[in-house]
Amino acid sequence: MNFLDQIWLIPLFPLLGAALMFFFGRMLDPQPVSNVAVAPGVEPIYDEHDAHGHDHSHDHGHSHDHDHGHTHDHDHDAHGHHDHSPLKFLVNLICLGMPLLSFIFSVGAVWQLAQRTPRVYELIQFTWIAGLPFHMANGQMATFQADWGFLLDPLSSVMILVVTGIGFLIHVYSTGYMAHDNGYYRFFGYLNLFVFFMLMLVLANNYTLLFVGWEGVGLCSYLLIGFYFQKKSAGDAGKKAFIVNRVGDAGFLLGMLLMLSVLGTVRFTDVNAVLRSGQFTPEVAGFGTLSIISLLMFFGATGKSAQFPLYVWLPDAMEGPTPVSALIHAATMVTAGVYMVARSAALFQLTPNTSTVVASVGAFTAILAASIALVQNDIKRVLAYSTVSQLGYMFLALGVGAYWVAVFHLFTHAFFKALLFLGSGSVIHALGGEQDMRRMGGLKDKIPITHWTMWVGSVAIAGIPGLAGFFSKDEILWQAYSSPQGSTLLWGVGLATAAMTAFYMWRLMNMTFYGKSRVSPEAASHIHESPASMTVPLTVLAMGSVLAGWLGVPKLWVLFGENFRGFERWLEPSFASAAVVAAQEGAHDASVEWTLMGLSVAIAIIGIVVARYFYVSRPEIPDSIEKSVKPLHNLLYAKWYVDEIYDYLFVDGLCKRGGLLLGAFDRNVVDGGVNGAGWLTRFSSTVSMWWDTWIIDGTVRFGSFFVKMLSYPVCILQTGRVQAYAFFVVLGALVFFGYYVVR
Amino acid sequence: MITTVHYLALSAALLLIGTVGVLTRRNIVIILMSIELILNAVNINLIAFSHVWGNPRGQVFAIFVIVDAVAEAAVGLGILIALFRNKETVLADEIDLLKW
Repeated sequence: MNFLDQIWLIPLFPLLGAALMFFFGRMLDPQPVSNVAVAPGVEPIYDEHDAHGHDHSHDHGHSHDHDHGHTHDHDHDAHGHHDHSPLKFLVNLICLGMPLLSFIFSVGAVWQLAQRTPRVYELIQFTWIAGLPFHMANGQMATFQADWGFLLDPLSSVMILVVTGIGFLIHVYSTGYMAHDNGYYRFFGYLNLFVFFMLMLVLANNYTLLFVGWEGVGLCSYLLIGFYFQKKSAGDAGKKAFIVNRVGDAGFLLGMLLMLSVLGTVRFTDVNAVLRSGQFTPEVAGFGTLSIISLLMFFGATGKSAQFPLYVWLPDAMEGPTPVSALIHAATMVTAGVYMVARSAALFQLTPNTSTVVASVGAFTAILAASIALVQNDIKRVLAYSTVSQLGYMFLALGVGAYWVAVFHLFTHAFFKALLFLGSGSVIHALGGEQDMRRMGGLKDKIPITHWTMWVGSVAIAGIPGLAGFFSKDEILWQAYSSPQGSTLLWGVGLATAAMTAFYMWRLMNMTFYGKSRVSPEAASHIHESPASMTVPLTVLAMGSVLAGWLGVPKLWVLFGENFRGFERWLEPSFASAAVVAAQEGAHDASVEWTLMGLSVAIAIIGIVVARYFYVSRPEIPDSIEKSVKPLHNLLYAKWYVDEIYDYLFVDGLCKRGGLLLGAFDRNVVDGGVNGAGWLTRFSSTVSMWWDTWIIDGTVRFGSFFVKMLSYPVCILQTGRVQAYAFFVVLGALVFFGYYVVR
Repeated sequence: MITTVHYLALSAALLLIGTVGVLTRRNIVIILMSIELILNAVNINLIAFSHVWGNPRGQVFAIFVIVDAVAEAAVGLGILIALFRNKETVLADEIDLLKW
């Protein structure tokens, strides 16, 4: 079977699943309308309602252990009947089967791609937007055409494997995690729809189609963040994500249109061919047109990939169910920006100034988010800021021209961050919705599988040699230091971030799994390990977190052959150009590299040890430190007040004051215009009336008056008395006769 | 001997009396009577010249005038009665309906 010819099926499977869910899901998974869905991952807010539901379940004898030993308090026992629905099996079959089929087809396609030279395969199914002629910036005529086409090259092959593979694992996990939720089919419908759009995004062969996927995943993100839409905070978080993303999307769209205007095409292969044809020279000095295109596109990426200044939506996105956080807001969607910049590598290679901006923003975001993660108490929020921080690393790598390293980190990060999110979901599940780490602790032996898998994930992200995170992160730090576009400052920021990463991850581990238990007695009574549907994906991802990094072993480790450096070789066709080669050939001083590697490992270990010391051995130390640097702690705890600043500047400043301004504009200018027009009409009608009365009528009346005045002497002769007339007759006759007589 | 001049003098006298009567008297009845005088002055002229020329047409014409005078008197008196009913007066100078 030729999988390459069938790559159009890869996104189609999940779309089919989503369509089935949206049209028939309600039939397959009937649900009570009156009950309020309460997430395992969120604090119950409908206390009374929930308590009622709880009693209700007792009345009907739904025992707590009807499923996988669930003994949650507010874990939707009232909805237990879901499990008895025989058709729910069908929902699982469709919604798990479709991503699995996609995964199988993806593996097949990537396998066949590897046999080809060059490793590029483009399949154009049909013309989506037919040729629209337009004038390019240089005055030439060009035709805009967007195909419904798929481009499978090494870059997109990595992405489809991540999306379908990790996506499938998270689907499996969700069957356990969401088992008791209302809207089970809705959740899986959205999830499948997301996978469809994400696959469209990474498989598209032009920017226009990529933008379709880009907006589609934004939509699914919005829908899934607001999945518990009865909760106001969830709805608000969804809106925030959507709106912040639109800000970035505007940049992307403008960049795309400017690119169309300058290059005359948005198809990746054509764009790369034009950019690499030598027609354009690198814009070394200042920001030229290409730099503006790349800046706008990068601005789009900051929205989708949660970079400063548009990262604020991602921490709030944790209102969604935990599998969503893992799939969309850690492993796949938020890496779309990284993918897009990597996809535009040819463009960014020509615009070194933009690349510097990318690297700086990445590094700044990395350290900013890591500093916030140091003090957060919500387990998911720590991971959310960690994700922002890791994405910052990826942009740092993109900015210094090490595109393959960014994609490599994207790849390893997808494993360990999905693992950590799913693990945190498992913890939250075990504790019946508790997310505050101050009310955890000592869970190590109670949920052993979750603990061990998360342990692996935390070691991986901290950067201990041998696990995935080390290889990619170390490569980023090395590139930040050694690449021509890198600098010691970028490297230093990266290193500090690495130390913070190790610290906050092990703070999370220690607060959750070690030390004394601070779990509320109510929650403690029914702590249980999650069902197999959740632990199996965790285990698989843990293995991935260990193994994924071995595809990109540093060149220094000469012990390992080229087989262990396959990732860079694999991606070469996507990024190959003089600039990349130059970046790779940067000052390669083995002793320096060893030193830096040792430093980063040492700092990771120090971070872990300090966290261990602070949160297990001497739990009073963090408090005393917190007290001694109260303002700093407050600053970090309040997330640098970025949300407040945005509220002040944009929500209050722009929206409210803008609204007031708009109101004033409306009243004064628009209404003024209308009123002015009215006044003018009245004024002109008054003038017209005056003209009519005095000039037109006046002329007519004067005419008549004039005639009347003239006729007055005649009029007075007409006395009306017959005798007077007779007298005139006689007089006339006498005059007549008199005339003849006198003559 | 009564000559044609005598007739003409009588006729002129009647015409003068009639004309002055029409112009000066206020009562419409008298004005109508004065008009009769004028018409009869004409009749005398017609008959006098008919006699002079030996042509009977003048006399025939005089009879026509008499008929005409009768009709005129009838219509005039009718109008006068209608006027009197509406205005309660028969004085010509108090009736100025034809004024502008």
